[in-house]
Amino acid sequence: MTTLTVGRASVPTKYLPVLVTGCLFLAMFVAGGIRYEGFASGQVILNVFIDNAFLLVVAVGMTFVILTGGIDLSVGSVVALSTMISASLMAGPGWPPYLVIPLVLVIGSGLGLVMGYIVHAFDIQPFIVTLAGMFLARGLCYTIGTESIPIEDPTFTAFAQARLDLFADMWISPSVIVAVVVVLAAVYVLHYTRLGRAVYATGGSEQSALLMGLPVARTKITVYTISGFCSALGGVLLSFYMLSGYGLHAVGMELDAIAAVVIGGTLLTGGSGFLLGTVLGVLVLGLIQTIISFEGTLSSWWTKIFIGMLLFAFILLQRLFSARSRR
Amino acid sequence: MRRLLWPAVVLVLLLALNVFFTPSFFSIQVTEGHLYGSLIDILRFGAPLILVSLGMTLVIATGGIDLSVGSVVAISGALACLQISEDASLFTAVAAALGLCLVLGAWNGFLVATVGIQPIIATLVLMVAGRGLAQLITGGQIITVNSPAYKLIGGGYWLTVPFGIFIVVAVLAITAFLTRRLALGMLIESVGGNAEASRLAGIRARGIVIMVYAFAALCAGVAGLMISSNVSSADGNNAGLWIELDAILAVVIGGTSLSGGRFSLGGTVLGALIIQTLTTTIYSIGVPPETTLLFKALVVTAVCLIQSPSFRAKAFRRRGKVPSAGPAAEEKVQVTA
Repeated sequence: MTTLTVGRASVPTKYLPVLVTGCLFLAMFVAGGIRYEGFASGQVILNVFIDNAFLLVVAVGMTFVILTGGIDLSVGSVVALSTMISASLMAGPGWPPYLVIPLVLVIGSGLGLVMGYIVHAFDIQPFIVTLAGMFLARGLCYTIGTESIPIEDPTFTAFAQARLDLFADMWISPSVIVAVVVVLAAVYVLHYTRLGRAVYATGGSEQSALLMGLPVARTKITVYTISGFCSALGGVLLSFYMLSGYGLHAVGMELDAIAAVVIGGTLLTGGSGFLLGTVLGVLVLGLIQTIISFEGTLSSWWTKIFIGMLLFAFILLQRLFSARSRR
Repeated sequence: MRRLLWPAVVLVLLLALNVFFTPSFFSIQVTEGHLYGSLIDILRFGAPLILVSLGMTLVIATGGIDLSVGSVVAISGALACLQISEDASLFTAVAAALGLCLVLGAWNGFLVATVGIQPIIATLVLMVAGRGLAQLITGGQIITVNSPAYKLIGGGYWLTVPFGIFIVVAVLAITAFLTRRLALGMLIESVGGNAEASRLAGIRARGIVIMVYAFAALCAGVAGLMISSNVSSADGNNAGLWIELDAILAVVIGGTSLSGGRFSLGGTVLGALIIQTLTTTIYSIGVPPETTLLFKALVVTAVCLIQSPSFRAKAFRRRGKVPSAGPAAEEKVQVTA
């Protein structure tokens, strides 16, 4: 294994991108703490989790797809579709949440399954298939309704507004717990199951994976299903956060998710990357927004410019490391 | 020519559908020295998409992809409108906007060719940051301009024909000449087929890649001028939003493979026209506007499936017509089963 020696300690190269993202997060947090009053508290980090729980879940699904070398552009639309379906079912026929939420998850997974099947069976690029899926899900949203539908179900709102108090006046929302559970489950699947091995192998080289007798077809279909499931779950969390269903929710979220995965050090060619990196990537994106809101005078478009510059810095860094390890 | 068959069939079907619902669909009349008619509208409103798709075709032919064109559309319109609103001459405004686009495109090309970043990520940088840049230029406002000369580019008429159509025809003719009459097209295809092999064969692959991305950005810039000129205003947030996706779709529908190495300019124009006709059709046959995207998704899926060799192999095999078609697909099934 190639290593990079820093002083006496040596770090395997494959952990470097994650390490860099982690350092960046720390540096941003420290810089923010020095610059702004009241920034350096645990609650600021927890707020980043609370405000980005849905993105975290979506990015986990995206990580699976990207690890196999694919891409899923449909996630943002599926998130919107999930908020729309849950809001309309609860507002119209008055379905209870414990029926609606499983239904939404099944629909999301189903969409992912179909897209995965088309990608695999008909050899069409994932980019195009999921692009069509993006249009389809967004179109379904508008078919259900063009207006924003508020969610007033008492159980649902109670869950959405619940605060779980931690020590020292800090609190989190139940969505954060859901997101953390999803992350832990995904880490387990990726590193301790056959599916996880197959995901990395498929992304590394589909041909070799096939020759090794790994179930490439099943793996590819599964990752899109997982991504669909995660998007639907992200949608449920977003409807907790927004307490409404709207066809224009989560526009462009697929880009945020992809950016988080890339900033987290996962290669878009597949086969290399860690979920921890994705978590850090989401946190970095969230912290940028926090800093910009703390700054107060910066306009919102600086967020985009910063994220763009960060993306650039990261890919450049990865490029340097991969060039070094090849030598 | 066979590659153009399916896109052409789809386009004809769409047009036929229109005639079925609105019999006067093909009629074109001249009012006040301007041509009017549904077909003219399709060409006129489709012009920016055709331009962006042309640039995208060449990028995809080199095995790349350019996600940043939508942002470039916004930046170009924003800069031009800003200049005009500050009393710069039309020429300065257009030159500044297109110049900036060229620089942005060259930046994309530099990232892809010299630094060696995957195209999708390299252009994602500009896609995200570019939107912010466009809003930075407009200051988050919508800049409105009142310049008859600028209005001509996207909304004006010349010799009774919308001026935008002339621009598209000119760009198409120049591109077709450069790539099909000169060796450039072959070089682009060879870089897309295998960049390293073409470099070893003495082709300056890097230069070609940078040039192709610059060309795509230039096309997007012209499209941005047209879009902002048509409405006489620049909106950094919404101008050209998702046009990159439509352009990629147009290219794929036109039969250019995303894996690079081959391209078809005619197919791309057909693809862009299909997408624009689809939008027009949705309005003219009275599909509720809410379901526009749904309809689009279905047509896109259908076109892509028809063009997929393994789909055709499977569909025909089920009918028992071509039992030996698609050996690669069968092999894969055997291995994985």
